[in-house]
Amino acid sequence: MTTILTVPPSLDDGSFETLLQALAAVPDDVRVMLDARHTRWSTPYGLINLLTLAQARGDRPEFIPPEDSDTVSYWARAGFFRHAESLMKFTRPVPTKGKSGDSNFFLEITPIAQTEDVQHVVAHIQDRSKAIMETLGFPPSGSVGFSVVLSESCQNIIEHAGGPGWVAVQTYNWQKRLGRRVVVIAVSDSGVGFRTSLGQTVSRGATDRWDDAAALEAAVLRATSRFRDPGRGQGLAGIRKYMGKWDAKLTVRSGTARIGIIPKWDDDMALVEQLAPFAGAQYQIIIPQAVPS
Amino acid sequence: MLTPMPLDLRTALARTECDLYSNLVTRATGRAVRGQLETMLREMEGHRLAVLDFTHVGVLDFSCADEIVAQLLLRFGAGLPAHAPAPPPSPSYFMFRGLAEAHLEALEPVLEGHGLALVAEAEDGSMRLVGTVDADEQSTWQLVITSGGGDVAAIASFAVDVRVDLHARLEALARRRLVIQTPAGFHPLRHH
Repeated sequence: MTTILTVPPSLDDGSFETLLQALAAVPDDVRVMLDARHTRWSTPYGLINLLTLAQARGDRPEFIPPEDSDTVSYWARAGFFRHAESLMKFTRPVPTKGKSGDSNFFLEITPIAQTEDVQHVVAHIQDRSKAIMETLGFPPSGSVGFSVVLSESCQNIIEHAGGPGWVAVQTYNWQKRLGRRVVVIAVSDSGVGFRTSLGQTVSRGATDRWDDAAALEAAVLRATSRFRDPGRGQGLAGIRKYMGKWDAKLTVRSGTARIGIIPKWDDDMALVEQLAPFAGAQYQIIIPQAVPS
Repeated sequence: MLTPMPLDLRTALARTECDLYSNLVTRATGRAVRGQLETMLREMEGHRLAVLDFTHVGVLDFSCADEIVAQLLLRFGAGLPAHAPAPPPSPSYFMFRGLAEAHLEALEPVLEGHGLALVAEAEDGSMRLVGTVDADEQSTWQLVITSGGGDVAAIASFAVDVRVDLHARLEALARRRLVIQTPAGFHPLRHH
């Protein structure tokens, strides 16, 4: 038996939750088919999490590609089909090889499995750092901070996930929502998630709650690490600091909860619980163009 | 007398398996680079001033700042918090060159997390303390720099407030290896 799950026409962090809700109702032993025929647009978060979803299922779900040729072409240039090929069964041929790359993608979809992958990603983004800073209206000196945030986000996969993950960096115009361009970093893995990663070491009373939300609060707000060394846990704390500096938005989803560092320009909730369950951890960082003072 | 020992981080990175890049990112890279630095330090006999040069380092992230700088200081007992137990005698002092503002953004919170401090030297030769130092430590250290070092009386002649127990403060700085104590007095870390 196969259950068909409809990929939303516009796939972002919000609409991806509807897909996960539908997936939650599907028993593990039932095959799924992801129907993206009517999908016209996706954020990098949406694309890499389709890969994570397939990775987490582990049974190569079937995938109906978008009907719109521009969307197919764009997803191909983002590297989506190339990576999805081993994780999904396409119902019709899609361009999995050939030229990738798009000027909007500062970093096309890239797998992260080992330290060298993070080195490669940081070196790659450094070549584009001037363009990123120009896009954001920040001084070029800020480019190192961008690389640091990217590095630390990716390292969480290697240090905590216990499995491979994905990263992508894209710019797009958020004209309707914000009236500015944004640069978005999306990182996702299908690993053990924060609750399991931190569960062994976080000290708590017998009656203290320990769930996905508590684990996210510990990691993101209190810089708790599964290692007892005081030098650990600095990565997420450092990312938070840059969020304030750039007036940027950070959300981290793990298991059934999502926590956010929400800037004034956004009305998202700081903590969302009882989401549909999903493997691993998912980060999204949205850095808006600076407003000239 | 201290033997200056210049340690170019790029050279240490080149000796690791991560030598394709000039960035100090990821814990694994940091551990590998620190391993190289420790080997280079052990190769040298006697008292030494290790001058770690970050001039050619592009990106330094929090993980590498911790694995290289903080762990190196902790292992060699340099820059430890003032309240920490006295470190075992060690012939190693550390100075850091070529630290750009972007490097410091990663380094400062890491040092503060451990209560560590270090001496950083700018391109023009001027020096500053980075990390966890209180106002008394800062002003005392500045006196040593301004005076160029010497015995307590010589250093005290540069002080505005002569009532403080300068000798105790200088000894505390020397215990943190932010200045060098010799029979002749207290001296700034200098490598030339």
